[in-house]
Amino acid sequence: MTVVLAALAAVLFAIGTYLVLQRKLSRIIIGVGLMGHGGNVLFLVAGRRGLPPLVGSGPASEFGDPLPQAMILTAIVITFGVTALLLALAYRSWLLTDDDEVEDDVSDRVIAGGGYLDREVSDAEPLPGTEPSITESGAGS
Amino acid sequence: MTLLVGIHFVVGLAIVALGDRLDRRALRVGALAPAAVVVWLCTRLGGVLEGRAVTETTRWVPKLGLALDFRLDAFAALMVVLVSGLGVVVMIYAVGYFPVRKEGQARLIGVLVCFSGSMLGLVLADNLLLLATFWELTAITSFLLIGNDHTDRAARAAALQAVLTTGFGGLAMLGGFIVIGHAAGTYRLSAILAAPPSGTTVTVGLVLVLLGAASKSAQYPFHSWLPGAMVAPTPVSAYLHSATMVKAGVYLVARFALPFAAAPGWRVLVVTIGLVTMIAGGLRSLRQTDLKLLLAFGTISQLGFMFVLFGAGTAATVQAGCVLLLAHGLFKAALFMGVGVIDHQTGTRDVDRLPVLGRAWRPVILVMGVSAASMAGVPLALGFVAKEAAYESLLHDHTIAGRLVLVGVVAGSILTFAYSARLVWGAFVAPRRRGAADATPSTTPARSFIAPIAVVALATVVAGVAPSLLDSLVGGSSRSLAAGAAAPAAHLALWHGLGGALVLTIVTYAVGVGLHLASERVAPVLASGSICPDGSSGYRTVLRSMNRFADVITGTVQNGSLPVYAGVVLLTAATLPAVALLHGAPWPALPPFADGPAQVVLASLIVSAALAAALVRRRFAAALFLGMAGYAMAGLFVAQGDPDLALTQTAIETLTTVLFVLVLRRLPDRFERTGSIAGRPARLAIAGLVGATVFVFALVAAGERVGPPVSDEMTARALPDGGGRNIVNVILVDFRGFDTLGEITVLAAAAIGAVALARAGRRPGSAVGDAARGDAVGGDSPDTALDPAPMVGSPSAPSIVRRVFHLDQSVSVIFYVMLMASLYLLFAGHNQPGGGFVGGLVAGAAVALRYVAGGIDEVRRVSPLKPWTILGSGIVIAAVCALTPVLWGHPVLDNGYVKGHVPLVGTVKVSSATVFDAGVYLVVIGLVLMVVEAFGERFTRREASAASAPERVA
Repeated sequence: MTVVLAALAAVLFAIGTYLVLQRKLSRIIIGVGLMGHGGNVLFLVAGRRGLPPLVGSGPASEFGDPLPQAMILTAIVITFGVTALLLALAYRSWLLTDDDEVEDDVSDRVIAGGGYLDREVSDAEPLPGTEPSITESGAGS
Repeated sequence: MTLLVGIHFVVGLAIVALGDRLDRRALRVGALAPAAVVVWLCTRLGGVLEGRAVTETTRWVPKLGLALDFRLDAFAALMVVLVSGLGVVVMIYAVGYFPVRKEGQARLIGVLVCFSGSMLGLVLADNLLLLATFWELTAITSFLLIGNDHTDRAARAAALQAVLTTGFGGLAMLGGFIVIGHAAGTYRLSAILAAPPSGTTVTVGLVLVLLGAASKSAQYPFHSWLPGAMVAPTPVSAYLHSATMVKAGVYLVARFALPFAAAPGWRVLVVTIGLVTMIAGGLRSLRQTDLKLLLAFGTISQLGFMFVLFGAGTAATVQAGCVLLLAHGLFKAALFMGVGVIDHQTGTRDVDRLPVLGRAWRPVILVMGVSAASMAGVPLALGFVAKEAAYESLLHDHTIAGRLVLVGVVAGSILTFAYSARLVWGAFVAPRRRGAADATPSTTPARSFIAPIAVVALATVVAGVAPSLLDSLVGGSSRSLAAGAAAPAAHLALWHGLGGALVLTIVTYAVGVGLHLASERVAPVLASGSICPDGSSGYRTVLRSMNRFADVITGTVQNGSLPVYAGVVLLTAATLPAVALLHGAPWPALPPFADGPAQVVLASLIVSAALAAALVRRRFAAALFLGMAGYAMAGLFVAQGDPDLALTQTAIETLTTVLFVLVLRRLPDRFERTGSIAGRPARLAIAGLVGATVFVFALVAAGERVGPPVSDEMTARALPDGGGRNIVNVILVDFRGFDTLGEITVLAAAAIGAVALARAGRRPGSAVGDAARGDAVGGDSPDTALDPAPMVGSPSAPSIVRRVFHLDQSVSVIFYVMLMASLYLLFAGHNQPGGGFVGGLVAGAAVALRYVAGGIDEVRRVSPLKPWTILGSGIVIAAVCALTPVLWGHPVLDNGYVKGHVPLVGTVKVSSATVFDAGVYLVVIGLVLMVVEAFGERFTRREASAASAPERVA
């Protein structure tokens, strides 16, 4: 645990955040990768520095903390999986739009513009010739 | 009782499930369920009326106070007479009403039986939560029955309005029940009513309950769903919307009326709602020309009358209310069924279009006349007894409020008399006066069609002539409603002697007749009532504004912009811990600056690579800088003393770079500037905030360590328990093996997702379209510069990548060396640095190398199995390995080993952890193969088609 490591994690998170807030998927992917590194550095901060944790290679009290190392190892591999999936998204986006930009969701924009009409609600609107002409449905006649 | 209620649902659902195969037999089967209840009731009635309630309890969810508590007392018995007695009658009537087989008919009948069971449960339930459950079941079945013809827009709208209105009320009522049950300490209805709680919260609870009761019983201002519900077939209207379901609210008010009569506001509220409804409903009824709607508004009016009587909350008014409940059930069901007969036979029920119903119709005229007389309160019919009892009971109250109520009730009764007259006049006399044609003989209803109505009408007359027959039922009901308090015995009589009630009755008749005779002149006055906003428009306004509100909220919260979403998430993630840290986190002393110069150098290398990755304008450069940061991370791991991590990081970084190359060669080289410069300050601010929070968090969290790390024990037990010297690996495959199992599952999901996304929509032979697309960006795309094998060989050959001999040979040598190395890492990993992850990644890197040299076909050639097979078998091996110890009663992932002697090698120990790790190894190889499969193939296909159509390239 040192100031340098804490600062390194902070900088990696900050740059990652800046990139994740963009619209280009490739930038977002790079941002996610940098944040992944930042998270791993945070694990390092949590652990103890020392000899490689191999039983018999030295006194146990001088080993580095093995648990954060196991977690980082897991995190590294998971980040690879995430990157692969995100790259597949970028690839798909390129196939469909020739670019990897994440546009605003069209139907969300329509809702925000108030152009949305629920069909069941329109059912509840007044019927042609409302009250007096309620006819029995089903097996009336 | 649980059984009886259950039978309804079994029978009902069976009819729905069997569908139209049952044909019209469904009705007769359906009638069996309520008939069973009637028989059962007859066996119990004697004791119940003497005050011995039948109770029954089945445990359900004891922790929530939820039990199947049923209780049959005299008032419940009165309701059961209506629910099941009329249920049988309506089912038999429906046989005549549904003479032909029709789509959806079986469903209607099945749901009707289910409704009958729900209603039965409602009146028998002795637990507030159980009552609420049945209450909602009646709302749902009512919704299904009204909207049974789902092709009809009006039916859908009416069903929706009914379920929304009563559902809203039901929700309020449930809230009220919980408040009251909480205050009373029990949800047992009989216990609460015997010792009613009081206080402000209870008053609030009562108002909520009243909301539910008023909406269910179609009281103003929630009445408007009931006329709409008349789109349902007549048996449904007669049963649900006049005789039973709409009485659920009245039932609840009746139960609560006497015990809670003293609760502040309760009586005033109930009586006011009832009076307004009684008069307004009566006025609306006088405006109708549709006989069914006339009856519907009449029902609303009469339900208001019942609210008044029960709400007034004296023993006498409650007795009158019980009689009215019964009388109304009988005459209104008969009238509905009678109008149904007219409608069914003549095809109309509009006063202005009805034909003259001649001699052949006399039975119908008789039963409807008797029932209408009962509704109007004419002697010798049960309605008269009810009205007399009501007048008599209200006369005793000499306060101003009491007099006002009496005046209101008389006014309402006058209206009732007038619309009863209008009904009979409109149905049987007006067509003759108008000179309408006679009804054709073929429309004459069959006797079997009228018989059920006649039974009900007969009951009206018998009880009207000899009301003392009902003494024990009504007296017992009022006793059970008093819930332990003293209640006088009932003495129902036709003749109450000369007195105030008689005067009021004469006034009622006189004014009622006058009103009817003057109907021509009164009509314009009544019509002016239509300028008042009716409930339906209020309902639509509420619905529309709720939708608009939802639109505004959705439009704001879900605005469709990914950066905004991510920004909100990250800002929250940064702000909340920051606030917590600033509030009283102990500030530790600053740790040392750095562990030696290597750390500083590597950290600054990582930072500069990260900055460069963020700032460069070319995609490839950014990806390569990311890779550089990753390798520097590996260096940092070495400096920290984590050889496993360094190995893994290096292998991963190599593969990630390959992955980026595979995908980014498609995309434009540079990032175009796209408008969002305005967002940059916000992005910078959020980024800065996140960074600052992380920095402070890291310092504080690391300085706050108080206990010994959990890993000390792991270190101590790695060799004895885990059987391995590499503690990190033992943690991964043994101590935290579950995590690893989860992780490889995630990896498999990611791999499948990547392949699915990349290959979606692809069909054999459709690569040409892709090729065109690829060529559109092909001119300046970096693939020609960076692809290691961009040259195209013979287009017809299966392998289209030009093979370079020495590259080929050296790659195949290196490939096998790397595979051997990866296997070594896998098996040595338990004791030395290495393990399944690293091994798999090295093997993956070897595969990537093979791809670089020979393309996807080369990879397919060297891999004997499909990528997904390898991936799947890895997961299966790991899962089997994890679960096998369970067979011997050991915990999941328990470690075990087999020792054996292998010639030449010596004694070999195969630990189960190694097998598990082999599963991990296979999953990682599978992942890499899948990714290559996902992104690698299209490139070759495209090149192939481009080669076969060289003009494109030019």
